[in-house]
Amino acid sequence: MPEQLFQFLVTGVTVGSIYALVGLGFALIYNASDVVNFAQGEFVMLGAMTAIALLGAGLPLPLAAVAATLLTVLIGLLLERFAIEPAFGASVVTTIIITIGAAILVRGIALLLWGKDFHALPSFSGDAPLHLGSATLLPQSLWVLGGAVVLVTLVHTFLNHTLLGKALLACSFNRAAAQLVGINVRVMLRLAYGLSAGLGALAGILIAPITFSSYEAGVMLGLKGFSAAIVGGIGNPMGAVAGGLLLGVLEALGAGLISSGYKDAIAFLFVLMVLFFEPTGLFGHKVAERV
Amino acid sequence: MRLAGFYAFAAFVALLPVLFRDNYFVTVVGASAGLHVILAVGLNLLMGYAGQISLGHAAFFGMGAYASAILTTRFAWPGLLAMAAGLLVAGAVAWLLARPILRLRGHYLAMATLGFGIIIHVIMVQAMRWTGGPDGLAGIPPLNLFGWTVEGDQQWYGVIAAAMLLAIWLSLNLVDSQVGRALRAVHGSEFAAQMMGVDTGRAKTQVFVVSALFAAFAGSLFAHQQAFVSPDSFNLIVSVELVTMVVLGGMASTFGAACGAIALTLLHQGLVVFEDYEMLIHGALLMAVMIFLPQGLFVGLSQGAQRLWVLAKRRWRSS
Repeated sequence: MPEQLFQFLVTGVTVGSIYALVGLGFALIYNASDVVNFAQGEFVMLGAMTAIALLGAGLPLPLAAVAATLLTVLIGLLLERFAIEPAFGASVVTTIIITIGAAILVRGIALLLWGKDFHALPSFSGDAPLHLGSATLLPQSLWVLGGAVVLVTLVHTFLNHTLLGKALLACSFNRAAAQLVGINVRVMLRLAYGLSAGLGALAGILIAPITFSSYEAGVMLGLKGFSAAIVGGIGNPMGAVAGGLLLGVLEALGAGLISSGYKDAIAFLFVLMVLFFEPTGLFGHKVAERV
Repeated sequence: MRLAGFYAFAAFVALLPVLFRDNYFVTVVGASAGLHVILAVGLNLLMGYAGQISLGHAAFFGMGAYASAILTTRFAWPGLLAMAAGLLVAGAVAWLLARPILRLRGHYLAMATLGFGIIIHVIMVQAMRWTGGPDGLAGIPPLNLFGWTVEGDQQWYGVIAAAMLLAIWLSLNLVDSQVGRALRAVHGSEFAAQMMGVDTGRAKTQVFVVSALFAAFAGSLFAHQQAFVSPDSFNLIVSVELVTMVVLGGMASTFGAACGAIALTLLHQGLVVFEDYEMLIHGALLMAVMIFLPQGLFVGLSQGAQRLWVLAKRRWRSS
């Protein structure tokens, strides 16, 4: 039983790392623009699918990954410029529906380009499983974990130790005040969308060898990322990372110990419980609502 | 006079099958549009008037449908009794859920309702013994209304049209009642409404239950009309489509929601030809309406028409 638990834990942390990256992207965009971006999952799908397509076109894997990420960043910037900016100041419901519309649009384009089939990216370094005691680990899982650690550290350093990152954080605290001290809020907004799209794309490329990808793959990943951000306290980047890991582990334990068919229900039940009893998130700080 | 629009619409709905006899487009597409109108009008009470988003409304639609399907096929209950049971279940679930879920706002509420919808959908897929799993349940007997068995497209159009008119009539009256005023106050500012002595928690609970009942009612009719239910009819995409209908027509307007439901149903029908492009067009349309006409097509256009009318009158007077 303990070995089995360890195996679930390994699986959970791997999937959780992806949720964490998607959740981190959510938090960045939410901080910069007060928008919950329901198209976040589509960034993950686009990253994976474009990389697969470019690889198929003959590009070497590293180059395909970089190109796919850049392309997704471009899509993120386009989304900001043509969907979020024109609707500046709109109500929460309006922005939610705009991003849902964007997600459906991107999915529709992906469906046209790549059809309904599942596509796989080859593992970065072979498929021979590694043995850790009685548990096994795919080499790709190590890539996912390593990639997540590197990306989260980079974002954390960027936000807390560079002028640009601090400017981005300043926008999230008070946009008007940030503008008054000379921060170009519009540029910060674009930066957040670009960064968030890039994170999503990289997450998609890292996980694609394990889970495969299809035009619909972004839906659930996006929702789990959103859940991670909520569990961690929306707008708290590192909280989102912790929330993602927690959600991944919980889901893997639920799938292993209770029923794999119900794993999504278990994850969302947990999110509902967090919302009911600790609506500001497990790692968030309490905010009073202004009337 | 207050209900003039309603009577005009009712006459239109009644005349359609007379003008176009045995027309597939009128009876089948019309019936489908009618069910969507019931759902959208119910959801509009919650979204448009009380200002609370729900991204899980397909769950209540599904509860009504599955209650009818399971009780009539597995336990041989009469259709109307099963429908009542479905309403009871959906209403009770909504009532239990309302307090904790409607305390949340904005994005939190969106997430919570979305999670609820997904949980119910997973149960529909997984609880095979009862729901038949992903393959669904077939062989639902036709609906028997006090000795009259509803059969054929023409009769179903009539039943659903009547149900739809009932839903619209209820919604119009509810909005103008004391409850409706309380809801609009909640939408404006929940805090201010509380200060004025409105029991906002109670008002929100009531409207959540009512909109769940509308959805479950539509679900029961849907199950009998199709004689088949499967989880695909009640997934997240359906919930999003219901929200689309409400915002497409224009929130906080019963006829706006009804028009949105009819427009989206017709659009789906029209896009069948473009199969692969359907999703793309759906997404682009949703974005475009929300960016350029955030108050919705119906409300936006009717406001525009009103402005033109005023302008024309002024011009006529000055000349």
